[in-house]
Amino acid sequence: MHKVYIYKGFERFWHWTQASLIIFLAVTGFEVHGTLDIFGFEKAAEFHRIASWMLIALITFSIFWHLTTGEWRQYIPTTDKLKEQIIYYISGIFKGDPHPTEKTGLSKLNPLQRIVYLGFKVVLVPITIISGIFYLLYKTFDQNDMVVIEEYPLASIAFWHTLGAFLLMIFLVVHVYMTTTGKTPTSNIKAMITGFEELEEEHLDITPKNDKTQTL
Amino acid sequence: MLRNLLLVILIVVSALVLVNVLHKEDGYNLKLEELKHKYALKDIPSVDHTKLPALHKDFKTPQEVTEACISCHTETHLEVMASSHWNWERVSYVEGRGISSSGKKNVMNNFCIGTNSNEKSCAKCHIGFGMNNNSFDFDNARNVDCMVCHDNSEEYLKGSAMAGYPDRTVNLEAVAQSVGSPKKSNCGSCHFFGGGGNNVKHGDLESAHLSCDRDVDVHMAANGMNMECVACHTAKNHQILGKLYSVSTENSNRSTCEQCHSSSPHLSNMLNRHGSKIACQTCHIPEYAKVNSTKMAWNWSDAGKLKDGEPYEIDDSLGNHSYLSIKGSFVWERNVKPDYIWFNGTADQYLLGDTIQSVPVKMNTLYGSHNDRKSKIIPVKIHVGDQIYDKVYNRLIQPKLHGENDGDSAFWQDFKWVEAAEAGMKQSGLTFSGEYGFVKTEMYWPINHMVSPKEKSVSCAECHTRDNGRLANLSGFYVPGRDYNKTLDFFGYWTFLLTLAAVFGHAIIRMLYNVIKDKFEKQVINYDEDEPDAA
Repeated sequence: MHKVYIYKGFERFWHWTQASLIIFLAVTGFEVHGTLDIFGFEKAAEFHRIASWMLIALITFSIFWHLTTGEWRQYIPTTDKLKEQIIYYISGIFKGDPHPTEKTGLSKLNPLQRIVYLGFKVVLVPITIISGIFYLLYKTFDQNDMVVIEEYPLASIAFWHTLGAFLLMIFLVVHVYMTTTGKTPTSNIKAMITGFEELEEEHLDITPKNDKTQTL
Repeated sequence: MLRNLLLVILIVVSALVLVNVLHKEDGYNLKLEELKHKYALKDIPSVDHTKLPALHKDFKTPQEVTEACISCHTETHLEVMASSHWNWERVSYVEGRGISSSGKKNVMNNFCIGTNSNEKSCAKCHIGFGMNNNSFDFDNARNVDCMVCHDNSEEYLKGSAMAGYPDRTVNLEAVAQSVGSPKKSNCGSCHFFGGGGNNVKHGDLESAHLSCDRDVDVHMAANGMNMECVACHTAKNHQILGKLYSVSTENSNRSTCEQCHSSSPHLSNMLNRHGSKIACQTCHIPEYAKVNSTKMAWNWSDAGKLKDGEPYEIDDSLGNHSYLSIKGSFVWERNVKPDYIWFNGTADQYLLGDTIQSVPVKMNTLYGSHNDRKSKIIPVKIHVGDQIYDKVYNRLIQPKLHGENDGDSAFWQDFKWVEAAEAGMKQSGLTFSGEYGFVKTEMYWPINHMVSPKEKSVSCAECHTRDNGRLANLSGFYVPGRDYNKTLDFFGYWTFLLTLAAVFGHAIIRMLYNVIKDKFEKQVINYDEDEPDAA
């Protein structure tokens, strides 16, 4: 076993800021939706708008980071060992079987994570953010007689935005639970806080390669 | 570790900075301050009418006063005689009718019903003298009443049922010398008392405006801007800006909030954007009839009951008539939350002789819809009631109400509907079949006055709420916080809960397996330890 620096500074900053923003947006958003009553509609709507711009800014940076560092390759989907990974979560995990895939600095995600996170990044978040931007700008254009968004009923925009919100909340529950399936229940969360995680010895040899990718 | 601690501190600090940068305090609304400054400066009249020799005279008739006015203001009577205040009608385009002429001469309402055959009484609110019947000479300049609008002595008073002539107690010389720009009391002498009493008709215009505080009306408050009616209802050549939608059909020459406040009066962009669908009045007039009650219902079918052959009245606890033999029964309300409708500025009215299309009869129809880009949500008072109609011709009846003597077929003298209907319809040039009944009616009165201070305006959550919001009765469009997709919500919440349950289930199974595994391992250890004993 060896401590490997697996999550970079920006990655951790991005992850936790995004997590807090999404949770805050969920609380204020479901208040606007009429489910919760915490800040009052007026404040909830105002906070939701401010936090949404912050999230858009953050995601813009993270897209830039993923592209420039080549980290986007982590999310290339694969079917290799996907079945084994699913079976592991259904039965192997209970018996204490080893993880079917190894976690390394170069390949942080197992096949199931790759598919789910890719879906999160290219389907779920875009649905929510694009419908959110439409919601945010709804009718602002009619002062200039540009009524593109006005012609699209708010009920449909709200439908997609709410759908995205529900799916994000379901993702959140599963995601938080899955962090407890590491070596110890808290080892994954510790890794996302400190950046270091204890990985198997034989994968130490990837560290130079990792450095190489960073210099590219 | 230190590095991580610094990172956490950095994140917290930057979050705080962001919140401060992005959170806007309510700033100083310069637009509003500019308006306040503009309207705080009161006009000083350029002429002192007490110094004019033409007005130092013992006027025998009010017409002599008008002649004195015309002796200096030589052409002004022509302007006045071109106004709807004088003509009681205006020509306009109405959807479905084309270009038509309408006004007090032929529009009916569900209060005192109409002017035909009742001119002598109704003329109390005509800016002329001598309107005894429907053959009034609208071309005689001598009959223009300048004083009712321009008296600044607050002494002028039109007599009751005197065909528009002033009360005999009025000192015409004093009134003539006091004239100036119209005050609230001038406009209010008619517009506060429409329908036969204070605040009966409008609900948002009443005698309390003569001395009210800011909570009642920010514009006219005695302790606020103390604005006169004509500050907003400006006039050019005696054509006064602003027409109430209940009696005017075209969307032109309206007096609007925007004429002073512009279409982006708020500091918040979100509030300004509401202005494309929500009228200013909707949020800024949370309730009307804030001081005295207004009539919400008037049932003519109850009229005519007598006690010992004499008419009588019943008052409610606030001193409002709840029953009058001459008029029927009423419902009064105070501090009323308005109803809300979509309105695009055009309207139609029930005109004398129209066939009844639907029940309740709409005395006026305010057009508009959520999918009409010109429509906005406005607050209205809906006045309901019932009134006499012709069962055979299926149209509303104009009864003769006011009369001088018993036996001249006026309802207020004789309490006989058939005679009153016969006489009223005859004077209106229509026939009466002889069979009458009472039909339910409703009339829409847009609420435009009694603007509250901003602290008291309608809050976001009063409409953006699921239960019983102010806009609960309007449908067909999506209001965040009020509307949601029921199917999506159902599946959303259930999938969320099932996911939570699945995760807990998974966790419990993991824990159970761990417990079993631990036991098994312990047994092995125990077995190993036991072996030496066994051996």
